Amino acid sequence: MTTGSTEKVNGARAVIKCLEKEGVDTLFGYPGGQIIPFYNELYDSDLRHILVRHEQAAAHAADGYARATGKTGVCVSTSGPGATNLVTGIATAYMDSVPIVALTGQVPKFLIGNDAFQEADITGITLPITKHNYLVQDAEEIPRIVKEAFHIASTGRPGPVLIDLPKDIQNVEFDLHYPDKVELRGYKPTFKGNTQQIKRAAEEIAKSCRPIIYAGGGVISSNASAELVELAETILAPVTTTLMGISSIPTEHPLYVGMLGMHGCKYANYAIQESDLIIAVGARFDDRVTGKLESFAPNARIIHIDVDPAEISKNIKVHVPIVGDAKQVLKSLIKYIKRCNSAEWIEKINQWKKEYPLGYSQMSPDVVMPQFVIEQIAEACKDAIIVTEVGQHQMWAAQYFKYITPRTFLTSGGLGTMGYGFPAAMGAKVGRPDKTVINISGDGSFQMNSQELATVVQNDIPVVTVILNNGYLGMVRQWQELFYDRRYSCTCIKGSVDFVKLAEAYGALGLRAEKPSEVRPAIEEAVRSGRPAIVDVIVECEANVYPMVPAGAAINEILDQEEQ
Amino acid sequence: MKHTLAVLVENKAGVLSRVSSLFSRRGYNIDSLAVGVTEDPDISRITIVVHGDDHVVEQVTKQLNKLIDVIKVSDIGGEEAVERELALIKVAADANTRAEIIQIANIFRARIVDVAPKSMTVEITGDEGKVQAIEKLLRQFGIKELVRTGKIAIVRGSKKV
Ligand SMILES: Cc1ncc(C[n+]2csc(CCOP(=O)(O)OP(=O)(O)O)c2C)c(N)n1
Ligand SMILES: [Mg+2]
Repeated sequence: MTTGSTEKVNGARAVIKCLEKEGVDTLFGYPGGQIIPFYNELYDSDLRHILVRHEQAAAHAADGYARATGKTGVCVSTSGPGATNLVTGIATAYMDSVPIVALTGQVPKFLIGNDAFQEADITGITLPITKHNYLVQDAEEIPRIVKEAFHIASTGRPGPVLIDLPKDIQNVEFDLHYPDKVELRGYKPTFKGNTQQIKRAAEEIAKSCRPIIYAGGGVISSNASAELVELAETILAPVTTTLMGISSIPTEHPLYVGMLGMHGCKYANYAIQESDLIIAVGARFDDRVTGKLESFAPNARIIHIDVDPAEISKNIKVHVPIVGDAKQVLKSLIKYIKRCNSAEWIEKINQWKKEYPLGYSQMSPDVVMPQFVIEQIAEACKDAIIVTEVGQHQMWAAQYFKYITPRTFLTSGGLGTMGYGFPAAMGAKVGRPDKTVINISGDGSFQMNSQELATVVQNDIPVVTVILNNGYLGMVRQWQELFYDRRYSCTCIKGSVDFVKLAEAYGALGLRAEKPSEVRPAIEEAVRSGRPAIVDVIVECEANVYPMVPAGAAINEILDQEEQ
Repeated sequence: MKHTLAVLVENKAGVLSRVSSLFSRRGYNIDSLAVGVTEDPDISRITIVVHGDDHVVEQVTKQLNKLIDVIKVSDIGGEEAVERELALIKVAADANTRAEIIQIANIFRARIVDVAPKSMTVEITGDEGKVQAIEKLLRQFGIKELVRTGKIAIVRGSKKV
């Protein structure tokens, strides 16, 4: 089909044609009664479809694919239970601003509202967790809606868009004509920052002696890493990142001070608190970052660069707001800036780095410390794509891996979804087959989507999952230990399953490491095998994530293990 | 502090629920809401009265603007706008009170739109204060039923929102 020409197709085929027009090559999905016409047409198409084992995994895989490649991910499900199974994945993508398009089957139009078999009001359900959604009323709308959906998902502040496709509409024949452009009078994201504001920001920077750059996920999604590093090096300012901003600057960069916030580096938190200027880029002053708001960075002026105007001055008062795409704004800002008088400041920060390094102690001889496992992965798999589940292992992966290039740290930051990592890793590997993809998992989280072992084996997607097996829902246990008198209510999961046998049962490679000396060889063997693999590492069961800001405290009241 | 927001939206199914769900999800309070189509049949106008400080109203405005189907949001409260509400008030009435009720209605330039042996229905249009005032006066006769629209507002002069 060439633009401008028309062709007679049914609704289902139209969707596929439109997906192809948008450059989609892969879908993650699961069929069912109300999406059969779509799957019937897919049978003749060149699109790759990865058949998952649970629709939640399809959404996470589309998300992992999107985060790893920067392209929009696509997932497909049937109506009712298929669609509701997507919900957690859609919410996860929404909270982390990830561009995905979800296609759901729906009961035929004439049955909508009748509580028909497998009917669920999925556009209603996903209203607060999508950037936008559509219930297709007429087959002729399909081309416009698909075009708009991809445009909305991938521009401005990216996010999920859902298209609900009633079954009868999938069967209607019509003349397909794909539009060249989108016309949405209610949607015009600001791309370029306001020049006046950018100049004001440059003035603030010129006056600052203790500047700090605070980078979030927006830097990754707008591919602004090079500009970020250039900004830091030009003005000579330290860079701290949020969890979502990790990998926007190499971990080993001399100006990087690591992650800030609740489990951030001490020196990152000290630096932000003592700064006189915060340059926030694509970050949103989330409560896990600011700690007690009233005590956050008391002496700092704030420049806030964000594509979403609603984020500006939402949580904290900003002095210089700049609405625009991070990459574009940084590009123009760089033209107006020069080096700050910050040599002393950098000196001080380097002193803090020496004084308060990130670290852990061996709790008993021969036990594997979880942090050690991450260090071993960092050495064995340089510049791999690291995907995580949610819990202590996620924080250790954030703290101890050495990131080099952007889009190599994929984690559910906003929603904190256990079960995200494994399917997202699968999606990342499909999108970036050239990269080693490691899912750093907990023994609890892995069991939330372990059925996807079947998918990775069947489709030969060689992701390696390293389970930090501590026998606990460790992050919750840590809170119980510290704040609930060690009453480990419902957090012990010891003896859940033999992960090695589980891997083998699915036809994947299963390996176990119980001693420090076994960790590296097991990881290397798993990667070398070129097969989907699980490395079950038995780790110290009561290790805790430090440093830590207790809930409600200011972020410089950050404690190490000994101080707790 | 009360603000009157004029929200221009696409005249499509589901838009009102997008707007109202945003208010409940983000914990903003709606005092009143009125919707209708505008001079352009593809565009509806929602007039929303919210209360909150400037920060809240700024957030409401920004969040509304993020909805794809929202075309424009303007804060049009205060001096520069004409604001109107309409209420229908069914008052208990008999031979003794009917004359007095009619008199009150006349003073307010309200209209009697229905008369029955034991009741009268008064239609009143005006700003919030006026509607409240007549309601208060009619209360002595016994209000059987009251229904009112949300507020609508339009900017004075030739300017459009
Ligand atoms: C779907 C979901 N349910 C519950 C939680 C709450 N939660 C956060 S961390 C955690 C424990 C995770 O355990 P595990 O995967 O073993 O990781 P660990 O903390 O032990 O490294 C739980 C239950 C969550 N984040 N997501
Ligand atoms: Mg665990």
